Order: sequence, then C-alpha cells, then structure tokens
Amino acid sequence: MDAILIQILNGLDKGGAYALIALGLTLAFGTLGVVNFAHGALFMLGAFCAVTFQQVLTISKKVKDPSITFFDAYKETPYLEIWWGDTGRAIIDYAVPLSILFAIPVMLLIGVIMERGLIKYFYKRTHAEQILVTFGLAIVIQEIVRSFFGANPLPQSAPAVVAGSAAIGSALGLSDNLVYPWWRLIYLGFSLAVIFAVFAFLKYTTFGMVVRAGMADRETVSLLGINVQKRFTIVFALAALVAGLAGVMYAPILPPDYHMGMDFLVLSFVVVVVGGMGSLGGAVAAGFLLGILQSFASMNEIKSIIPGIDQIIIYLVAVVILLVRPRGLMGREGVMED
Amino acid sequence: MSKKQTTQQQRRDFLKASAATGVAASVPLIFSKGAYAAEKFRNDPGTGKSIKFGFNVPQTGAYADEGADELRAYKLAVKHLNGEGDGGMLNTMKPMSLKGNGVLGKKVEYVTGDTQTKSDAARASAKRMIEKDGVLMITGGSSSGVAIAVQGLCQEMGTIFMTGLTHSNDTTGKDKKRYGFRHMFNAYMSGRALGPVLEKEYGTERRAYHLTADYTWGWTQEQSMKDTTEALGWKTVKTVRTPVGAGDFSQYITPVLNSGADVLILNHYGKDMINSLNQAVQFGLKDKVVNGKQFEIVVPLFSRLMAQGAGDAIKGILGSTNWNWQLKNAGTNAFVKSFGAEYGFPPSQAAHTCYVQTLLYANACEQAGTFYPPEVIRTLEDFIFDGMGNGETLYRGADHQCFKDVLVVRGNPNPTSQFDLLKVEQVVPRSKVEYDPSIFGGELGPYKV
Repeated sequence: MDAILIQILNGLDKGGAYALIALGLTLAFGTLGVVNFAHGALFMLGAFCAVTFQQVLTISKKVKDPSITFFDAYKETPYLEIWWGDTGRAIIDYAVPLSILFAIPVMLLIGVIMERGLIKYFYKRTHAEQILVTFGLAIVIQEIVRSFFGANPLPQSAPAVVAGSAAIGSALGLSDNLVYPWWRLIYLGFSLAVIFAVFAFLKYTTFGMVVRAGMADRETVSLLGINVQKRFTIVFALAALVAGLAGVMYAPILPPDYHMGMDFLVLSFVVVVVGGMGSLGGAVAAGFLLGILQSFASMNEIKSIIPGIDQIIIYLVAVVILLVRPRGLMGREGVMED
Repeated sequence: MSKKQTTQQQRRDFLKASAATGVAASVPLIFSKGAYAAEKFRNDPGTGKSIKFGFNVPQTGAYADEGADELRAYKLAVKHLNGEGDGGMLNTMKPMSLKGNGVLGKKVEYVTGDTQTKSDAARASAKRMIEKDGVLMITGGSSSGVAIAVQGLCQEMGTIFMTGLTHSNDTTGKDKKRYGFRHMFNAYMSGRALGPVLEKEYGTERRAYHLTADYTWGWTQEQSMKDTTEALGWKTVKTVRTPVGAGDFSQYITPVLNSGADVLILNHYGKDMINSLNQAVQFGLKDKVVNGKQFEIVVPLFSRLMAQGAGDAIKGILGSTNWNWQLKNAGTNAFVKSFGAEYGFPPSQAAHTCYVQTLLYANACEQAGTFYPPEVIRTLEDFIFDGMGNGETLYRGADHQCFKDVLVVRGNPNPTSQFDLLKVEQVVPRSKVEYDPSIFGGELGPYKV
C-alpha cells in the first residue's frame, strides 16, 4: 500500500512537470501552429533563472586562503550575509521561490524575442522545417548555457523549512516509511495552480476568449478586425513563461544542467501527442497519466515481471492510445491532419 | 719484472677488457635498435622533427567538465615534455629518461577529438586522429564504455592507448588489450580499499541496497562492492539497475524506504551520481534510522568535480578516489603547483591520471629508444615508477593495470575553501588492493598487429 501511494505521488509530481511543459507546447502549437522543439530549452532556461538568481544573491566577499599558495583559493561570505545578517541568510535561503519574480520578466522577454526574432518567419513553412529550425535553436541555447555554467549539474536548495520530508504515513495512520519530500509536494501544488491559472486566463478573460477563437479559426477572427498576430505573440511569451516557471521550481528537485531541457522535451512531445495535438486539457491529462504510469513501471515488482518496462512504458502506452484513438485522448478533428 | 710494470700491465689489461666488454654489450643493442628502425609501424615519425599525440576527451555532453580538465592536463604535459614551464612531475618522476627536449629529440604536438562520451563517436574520433592526423598515441576519455571501445580500435590499428578516466574492472579485465594501459584504479580496488573502512564505521551487520548505472562500469562496481560488503557479513537486499542519464531517480529511491535496507550504495558517476545523491538526501535517507541504525549512503567512486556538483549532499559520505590534490608528496606538490599556476585552480583526479599517462608513455619511448609500439609496450610492462603522486607504482605486465595506493575519502563536512571538498580519510597501501589478474579473465593479444 505504501509503495503504491508513494509511486502515485512520484507520478503526480513528475506528471506535473510533463503537464506544464506539454501545456506550453500545446499553447504554441494550438495558436501559432508551430511545432516548437526549443520548448525544452525554455524549461532549462527557467531552471537557470533560479541558478543565476541564486548566484547573484550569493555574490561574496572573498578572503584569500593563505594556506594555498599555488593558486587563489578563497573563503567566501555572501555580501547579503555581511550586510543584513540573519535577514540576508533568509533571503539566500529562499532564493528559488524568490527567483520566480526574476524569471517572470526574463521568460516573457525571451518568449517575445524568440517569436519576433525567429519563429514568426516560419509560420507558413512546413512542420518539418519548423522542427529543424527550433531544434537547431535548442542546441544553440543549450551550448550557450554550457559555455557560461559548465556541463555539471548545479544543485539548488529548497528553503530550509521545506528541505526535509513530510511524514505522510504517520499523518494518515499508515507506515512511518511513507514519507515524501516537502518540495516535491509544493511542486505538485504549484503545477496544479499554474495549470488552473492558464485555463482560467483563457476561459474567463476577453484576451483568452480571442485566443481560443483564434485557435479555432484564425481567419474569421482576423476578418473581425482583431490583431490576432499580436495576441499570438503574447501567447508564445506565455507558453515560454509556463515552461520557465516549471523549470524554476524544478531546480531543487533535479540539479539544473544544460541538457535537462532535451531530456524532458521528447517525453513532453509524447505527452502532447497522447493528449491530442492542440488540446490543452488533453496535454494536462496525458502528462499526469504518463507520469504515474512511468512511476509504476519502475517498481521492482513490475520490473521483475517485465524487465526494462520502465524504459519503454511511455512509448508503449502512446502506441496503444494512438491505435485506439488516432487523435489522442482529447484531440480535435482537423489538427495536423491536412 | 718490477712492481710498477706489473701494476701498469694490470691496468692496461683491465682497460682492454672493459672496452671489449663495452663493445660486446653494445652490439646487440645497436642491432636491436636497427631492428626497430627497420620495422614498419603506423605513423612512424621517421626523420621528422615532431610527433603527434591524440587527446580524445569529452568536449561536449555530460562529462564535458571532466574532459576540459583532462585537456588542460594534457596541454600542460606537452609543455613540460617540450621543456617549457617548470617541468612539473618531470622533476619528481623516478626513474626518468626524459630530458625536456620532446621525446627522443622530437617536439611533441597534439590534436584533440571529442568523444561526446559515446563509444561510436569516440571510436570515430580516434580513428580520424590515427588515420588523418598521424598520431602515435591516443589518450583520454571519461567513461569505461568509451575506453573499452577505443582500446579495441587501437589494438586493431597498432596504436598505443593510454586510458583516461575509466574504473570498470573490464578495461584491464575481460576486455584488456595489449595496446591499452590504465593508470586509474578500478572498481575491485575501490571495494578492497573501502571494505575495512566500512567495517570500522558501520559494522558487520548491515543491509545494503544498490542503485547501479546500467553499463559495464556500474555492473563491475556493483559486483565488487557486493563481494566486499558480503565478505564483511553485510546482506545485499536488492540490486537495481538504473538507466544512464535517468535524471529523476525518485522512482528508484522510494522503494529503498520500504526495503529494510540501512545502507544505500550508489554505483553512479558524474551527473547520475549528483542527481541520485541529491534526491536520496531529499527523501530523507541520510536522516533515517533503520534496524536501529543510522541509515548511510556510500558512493564508491568520488571525484572533486562531482563533489562540487553534489553540493551539501556529499558531506560526510564515504567513497574512494584515485588521487587528491591535497596529498602531501613531492609529485603531487609539483603537479598542483604547475597546474595551479597555469589555470588558477587545483587539478582533478581526471587531470592527474591523464597527465601521468602522457608522461609515462613519453618516458617509455625515451627509455626504449624507439617509438616502435611493441617495444614501447614491453618497456611499460612491469615498469615500476615513483614520484607521480601515488607512491611507488607498478604497471603490471599481465593486464596493463597500475597498482598503487588507493585513497578512501569523505565529503568534507567543514570545507575551508571552495576546493576543499574531499577529506582523505585513509591511504590504503597498494598491497591491500592487489589481486591475481586471472580472476577477471581476458587476453591481452599480440604485440605485433
């Protein structure tokens, strides 16, 4: 029972990341018709917003270590700590959640630059060309990040107050072994909040209504005199923001490295396809579904029956779902079918 | 006959005899040197004024940081071989035939390749360096998969391969090759070195759970650690293979919580180790008490670069390493001084092993008096040297594995500087980690290909 509960939590947590990335991908695809292979790089850039913010907060006064004479080794004390003592330490401790404030303008700006600078030239090109150019862009972005930050992962800490694990088992009267890291629970809550916020934005605002109308029929909306293009640029920036926020909050779970976007990208595309191209609800449902299935497939009991199943489960499920429902779980007729 | 005459005659006789002996002794050498010269071999520099080495390191991918450090060390080695800089370990290595004028009077040049930490890319890169760039020797790499693949190619092509970072038992075990040489220690030695320390620190009644990278290095390390800990009386609860580059290990870590294990052995390296260790700490394993004992995590293979990546999670955790820049001996001092002056930070174990390998190859050529590979190989086989940072070391001829002291280290709980990440707990003497080469099987193959 414990093992099952914990794998469900694992799956929801992982599924939250898949859902957020797939949501952004679907937004860009549904509105602009662009297959954006650089979307994983946006997730990675979000995580590096957290890294950069943390590095800025911990800019330190360096005092040379006199015991080492061959090169310069330093004892470092962050200026924030020197200036503000405990308050400074607390700010550094909360670097990851605070970096959201930094990531919001940065990711929106990156989204606008990407769309205006490159993506808009490929709206009328084939999907194959879009994939090639965005994949190339992803490689350029990740190599730039590598040249600045190196190839090794850079661990980021969650605030000390939520650094440990929640004793879920004891609280529910189950086994004491049923524990789950606080930050992962926070991530799950955060991803659900972002998903609801995006849905509410699209459903209850005039802007969202226009975007949804544009997703359904771009030509008619344009004929009504609405500048759909401008709105779509904002949607692309919004998609970049969602991916970026997913990355920021994921930093304490998976130490960011330049390649983390690629690792998530392929799975997120499978999520989008399984959910149904252009379907926001489908992307979210498929994200959580595949996350949970992947976690269960990693259980020793399952792997002892079918070795290696954890490696292929997502693709296996994708094949089965596409055979049964060729448009995915919630796919719309006509999307990518011309 | 006067006494003076007798003395003079004796001296003349002695001189004659000495000269004759000298000539007689040198004749086979002259003939044999002629014999090497007559032998055709790939990329023979002949009368050229320079020779080329091929530095095949990961310049992209997950091990790019290790690769960059390896490359720094190689460049420094070339500098020292050509008589530039302060000479580094050329001043401490014993026995030393190099003169600081290149190798056999030829200036050392180099080309670089990118292994991408992929066996096929590494082989393609090594092949290009041998066929197009005309390198005499290939060295480098940060993975046993790559080392074994390149070693096989070098055996086929008759080019000596001085491995970089490779820790699998297979490299000098079942996949050993006549043309491959490893200075780095291996998984078996890690197990042997860690055993007594684990017994002292954690006792003999423990239950271990292994998470293992699913490739040659992970498999051999798991087996070696299993053999070591079971010999101590520990029980192995479960061994689980994890895909290389899994990223999120939570689904592999959570089953540990209910397994009844009180030790988690992470047979992971590089990015995988950084991720799995961080996540194991997040799941509270380090603070857990199981079977009435404090839960412990062991990382059998450590490096300073990895410790840097793992951050606070590494503190207090035991592991082993090939070398550490804080060792106090002449070779280490000379190397750290050179490297630190050149680059502004201390070298990693990857940098150390690559630097040493380059010098060892060059010295063997100088000592053999030829670049002819079979003769260089014979010179390296059973070569005993010192002054390279690890104490007296043997390059065993039977499997081309170096035998030297092994370091047991602990993630430093109280680092005094940004480089003070690993604390040397114990220097395990070479005699404690030696083994019979037949236990891992394999065939070296022919000298002449």
